[in-house]
Amino acid sequence: MIKRGSKVTVIGLALPIRIWAQRFALLGFLSLSFALVIFSRSDWTGIQQFRVTIVDTVSPILYVLNQPVEALSNATNAVEGFFSIYTDNQRLREENARLLQWVHEARRLGLENATLRAQLAYVPDKRTHFVTARVVADTGGTFFQSILINAGAREYVRLGQAVVWHGGLVGRIVEVGERTSRVLLMIDINSRIPVMIQSTGDRAILKGNNSSQPRLEFLPGNSPISPGDWVVTSGHGGVYPPGIAVGAVSQISDGVITLQPMVEWSKLSQAIILDFGVNGIIPPPERLPASSKLLKK
Amino acid sequence: MNTLSIFLWLKSGLVNILPTCMTFLFVLIGYLPWPISFFAEIVPAFAIISLYYWVVFRPDLIPYFVVFGLGILQDAISGAPFGLHAIVYLVVRALVVNQRRFIIGKPFWVFWVAFGLVSFIAGLLSWCLASLYRGALLPTDAPLIALIMTVTLFPLIAWILLQVQRKIVGTMGA
Repeated sequence: MIKRGSKVTVIGLALPIRIWAQRFALLGFLSLSFALVIFSRSDWTGIQQFRVTIVDTVSPILYVLNQPVEALSNATNAVEGFFSIYTDNQRLREENARLLQWVHEARRLGLENATLRAQLAYVPDKRTHFVTARVVADTGGTFFQSILINAGAREYVRLGQAVVWHGGLVGRIVEVGERTSRVLLMIDINSRIPVMIQSTGDRAILKGNNSSQPRLEFLPGNSPISPGDWVVTSGHGGVYPPGIAVGAVSQISDGVITLQPMVEWSKLSQAIILDFGVNGIIPPPERLPASSKLLKK
Repeated sequence: MNTLSIFLWLKSGLVNILPTCMTFLFVLIGYLPWPISFFAEIVPAFAIISLYYWVVFRPDLIPYFVVFGLGILQDAISGAPFGLHAIVYLVVRALVVNQRRFIIGKPFWVFWVAFGLVSFIAGLLSWCLASLYRGALLPTDAPLIALIMTVTLFPLIAWILLQVQRKIVGTMGA
């Protein structure tokens, strides 16, 4: 009798304890999550380190999962290519004829440049190094526009480097792990890029708005801008090197100027990380303890 | 402990972590660079479908700490602040666990409509938290299309999960 009574008591106690544990789990994890959101706003490098560690760990799985997607992409391109062979051939012939003229022009300009530089004792710019990487994750969801690429500290990728594809600006490196890096896309709401209208030389700021068409702001009021004008990086602020094509002005209405980026986001399967030797507003790696630790590995 | 019991123990362990592994895979699949125009902006929330399904039928296999872990993992990959998706997933689990008795045993459309409501709440919460964090009202058109895509794809993903549950995982208490 006593035994049975004690058993009932234990079972009777176990259920409320379990319910309490579950309630505590919900409240506890919710509180922890809110605390982490607040922590994420700070520049605490521990959070960044934690993030890159997780991404580095998961990236091999992402790479494997990417294989069928890549195969699908290749198949789509092959089918598209097959149906456009004739038009592509025509276009390429015309382009080739035009480019051959440019080759002659480039040779002539190169010689002229070399002569003028020799006369002026000109100190040449640093050579640009680059790394080509594959896009392993497109996190350009609805709220945070970024991509993950499979090149990191071991490929000498550094914070703040510009990322391009097919000659157009993609964004810049904001996180560097051992084998992966995060690129903040130029269309992200946090992205501000000093740019220049190529035809007029007028400067402006390209402001991301999380849509595929970012806006040009702070352009001089009297700037003779029109749709189709090319926009390139101005190099101000030192984050992006000057002269990288960003896109073309697509629409001007009620003082709002939108830009069509040169990069086709859906075809962004690879990216080139450029090292122009500029550090800009992002401190050099040795001043960031977490990053420097990663880079030294 | 003989070989057979070790094998059975391992098998039950693997079966028990299957819902977590599947939800984890759905998180990753959502971030693959699909070669479809604008797909990244309107990609369905596959992970929410998996989470909802397993919490309705096997909440014992998706406890709060697993939900929290999946949320943190998604935050790390997506570049969102740590905790954002964790909050959304914890709220979804709490909501579904409390209401699952109204869903189980009902026709499929009830299951589907309830999912529509849950994914709407999850989307709204994500949008509010992301807007608060970023200090700006983020666009609503892409999240709305993503929500429609998620609800539309629900029957297909739910069918796949149902097959996995029937053939491998089993029902609660089984």
